[in-house]
Amino acid sequence: MTTTPKTITEGEHPILDYIRRDRLPHIFCSACGIGTVLNAFANALRSLNYDIDRLVVISGIGCTGRASGYFAADGYHTTHGRAIAFASGVKVANPDLNPVVISGDGDLFAIGGNHFIHAARRNVDMLVLCINNFNYGMTGGQMGPTTPDSAITVTSPDGNIEHPFNLVSVAAASGAVFVARWTALHARRLTKSIEKALQKKGFKFIEVISPCPTLYDRYNRHGSGLDVMKKYRELSVIRNFTDPMKAEIDYRTRIVCGEFVDTEKPEFTDLLAKQAETLQQR
Amino acid sequence: MARTEIRLGGLGGQGIIKSAVIIGEAATIHDGKEAVQTASYGPESRGSACKAEVIISDNPVDYPLVLTPHVMVALSNDAFHKYKDDLSEGGIVIIDSDLVKAGKIKAGVQVYEVPAATTAHQVLKNPLVTNVVMLGAFTAISKVVSPEGMRKAIANAFPKYKDLNLRAFDEGMQLGQEAMEKSTQKK
Amino acid sequence: MQKAVLTGEIFTQGDIAAAEGALAAGCRFFAGYPITPATEIAERMAYRLPRIGGRYIQMEDEIASCTAVVGASYSGVKSMTATSGPGVSLMNETIGLAVMTETPMVLVNVMRGGPSTGQPTEASQSDIMQAKWGSHGDYEIIALIPSSVQEMFDLTIKAFNLSEQFRVPTFVLADEIIGHMRERLVIPPEDEIKIVNRKKPTVPPEEYLPFKADADLVPPMATFGEGYHFYATGLTHDERGYPVMDDAAQLALVPRLCDKIRKNVDKITEAELTETEDAEVLVVAYGGEARTAMRAVKDARAKGMKIGLFRPITVWPFPKEQLKIAASNAQHVLVAELNYGQLVGEVERVIRHEIPVHLIPRVCGSPHSPDELMKEIRRRID
Repeated sequence: MTTTPKTITEGEHPILDYIRRDRLPHIFCSACGIGTVLNAFANALRSLNYDIDRLVVISGIGCTGRASGYFAADGYHTTHGRAIAFASGVKVANPDLNPVVISGDGDLFAIGGNHFIHAARRNVDMLVLCINNFNYGMTGGQMGPTTPDSAITVTSPDGNIEHPFNLVSVAAASGAVFVARWTALHARRLTKSIEKALQKKGFKFIEVISPCPTLYDRYNRHGSGLDVMKKYRELSVIRNFTDPMKAEIDYRTRIVCGEFVDTEKPEFTDLLAKQAETLQQR
Repeated sequence: MARTEIRLGGLGGQGIIKSAVIIGEAATIHDGKEAVQTASYGPESRGSACKAEVIISDNPVDYPLVLTPHVMVALSNDAFHKYKDDLSEGGIVIIDSDLVKAGKIKAGVQVYEVPAATTAHQVLKNPLVTNVVMLGAFTAISKVVSPEGMRKAIANAFPKYKDLNLRAFDEGMQLGQEAMEKSTQKK
Repeated sequence: MQKAVLTGEIFTQGDIAAAEGALAAGCRFFAGYPITPATEIAERMAYRLPRIGGRYIQMEDEIASCTAVVGASYSGVKSMTATSGPGVSLMNETIGLAVMTETPMVLVNVMRGGPSTGQPTEASQSDIMQAKWGSHGDYEIIALIPSSVQEMFDLTIKAFNLSEQFRVPTFVLADEIIGHMRERLVIPPEDEIKIVNRKKPTVPPEEYLPFKADADLVPPMATFGEGYHFYATGLTHDERGYPVMDDAAQLALVPRLCDKIRKNVDKITEAELTETEDAEVLVVAYGGEARTAMRAVKDARAKGMKIGLFRPITVWPFPKEQLKIAASNAQHVLVAELNYGQLVGEVERVIRHEIPVHLIPRVCGSPHSPDELMKEIRRRID
């Protein structure tokens, strides 16, 4: 017996109020982790009853770069790598707004790496959700700053020889006040971390390890999207507050997940406001 | 007043540009004339050759750079030698005699020597005001800006050290007068 | 609290005048990166903005600076950056984004010698073409060129007004001469300064189409946080702002982005014509070089030469109708610019070989002297 998929109607799915319905279906491949992350983000908004009018979803270029176009909030799709710089402008110009950057590993850490470390250093209030699928998906599966040792991509056909970034370590070293890593398998824990981060002021970073069954996981013979998720279950260990430097991410041994940093530090726009207030009273 | 061109030359850190700005402000804002001030300098903040220019006129100034200066203020030997031949007929050169050894100069140009650095050091107890001493001498000798205008501009330029700088300016005016008297005697 | 508009007279630099013009125009956000010879603008903004309720941020590079300005403008705050040619080279990526998402913003480029790092402390006018099409794709921007400290102030205000009116990034293309020289600046009373603000949507959020233009080809602009829940992208998009990858979408969007400027040229362009009515020799010069040309023209007129000066104040779009009027009796047109030949191409396009157009280039870091310029003119017309 065959079943036809039901058309989505209003009120049916709990996150529909947070989604641009006229943009469905989305462009993401089946078994890609981006959908899971967007779902987790929408669920976090819903459970917090988050003020959507003050939310600005910003992304760069790439598969994840399309994320900003699916939320029923203000959204902006920048050029490649620039989402965080844009978000800094938003937050500084209007501190009542809450920018959330959702973008990919190549966008945020190769072309956009400089903006990442400096926004973290300044501690500009924003949440950065990085979907790390170890390659450039939209352009066809090239190697990038997170591609593991020896991995096969279309631009490392004989195996990657570059040393990859450990993103949570970069984020922590740059000064992020909240740093977490989950895989696309950890939908509920991810949602909780997003909720926590949305309620915290400062530069927050969450990395989500995501399957790319169409490209990266296919080139590296990881099997189907389901196989990759099974592998995540097998490999991942949760080690909250472990040293991010030691939070390894190795498809052969283990993927360390958890919330690694949750600290307090004066936030940039608060400091700006405080300084301005003093100056204006003079 | 027709277009009067002033060039100040010295080394980075001597307050050459600041001096030019003070002259420009005195001329425009306080004396009601028109003025343009420009400067050129090297990548070093201190010690490289530094040149600043001011053009003062009753009419709007079009071409903003100095062609043949009527007045030159030199605070370094290099500046003196580099620019002395540019001066217009009847031009005047004011040098800090503590820093510059006046050399040969073309006929028709009058050189005035002012011991600004020693005065700043010994009378005002602060070598930083050497340029303001020179501004006093410049005002007295060149008469292109009013002493009142200069005093206002100096007060604006150094709000925290107004008194010291105004004293330096007055000392400079006095030195300028003396230099002029000396030059008349020579003649 | 300090006043945003410092009404009165000061003796100040062109760079400072640009900063004060921006504040007078309502600019309350500046993002930048230090660069000679534009740094004084950033320094002034860093000092002034927090004192009048605005915000200054020094970013990690010019790409970030320009992008933060786009973000700030979309957040409802009039915003600006200032840089020099090397910085504009980096900003060009975001200038394209700002064009595509129709972002009101002002960029001051205090031009220095290039290519590359070139001559940081020397004057140049060699970014004229970079301003027009430095970013990729078809587009039109607005660029204004000041010739005095007063114009640095006045044209920065005008740049804000035009950028708000047409939702387009607008350049103030100054050269190092004007940026660094000091002159009298008269800042008028606040209520005498004409301010233009972007059009706001008049429909409720559910009916708002962020990229549906009115008859003037400019769409009303909602800003983040107002509840419109709109989306903007650097991709080709439809009236909803959604990415669409077909010919129809490109055709509906790109010509409009260009035409909102091209069809409003008469509302945008400005030029100054001096002694052009009977001029047989027409000099075209702008920025710092126009000051030389003005003097040369006056001197030559005094000697009986029928010579005039055309000074474009708007270079993009180019004031071609004004040039035609200025050149109506000319037998020679001479373009004096501090580069190796840039705006001369646009002048030739307007004059169309009907009369000879001569280039008087100058690649070193200062304007011609009036005598030098006159010699160059003579050499070409005698």
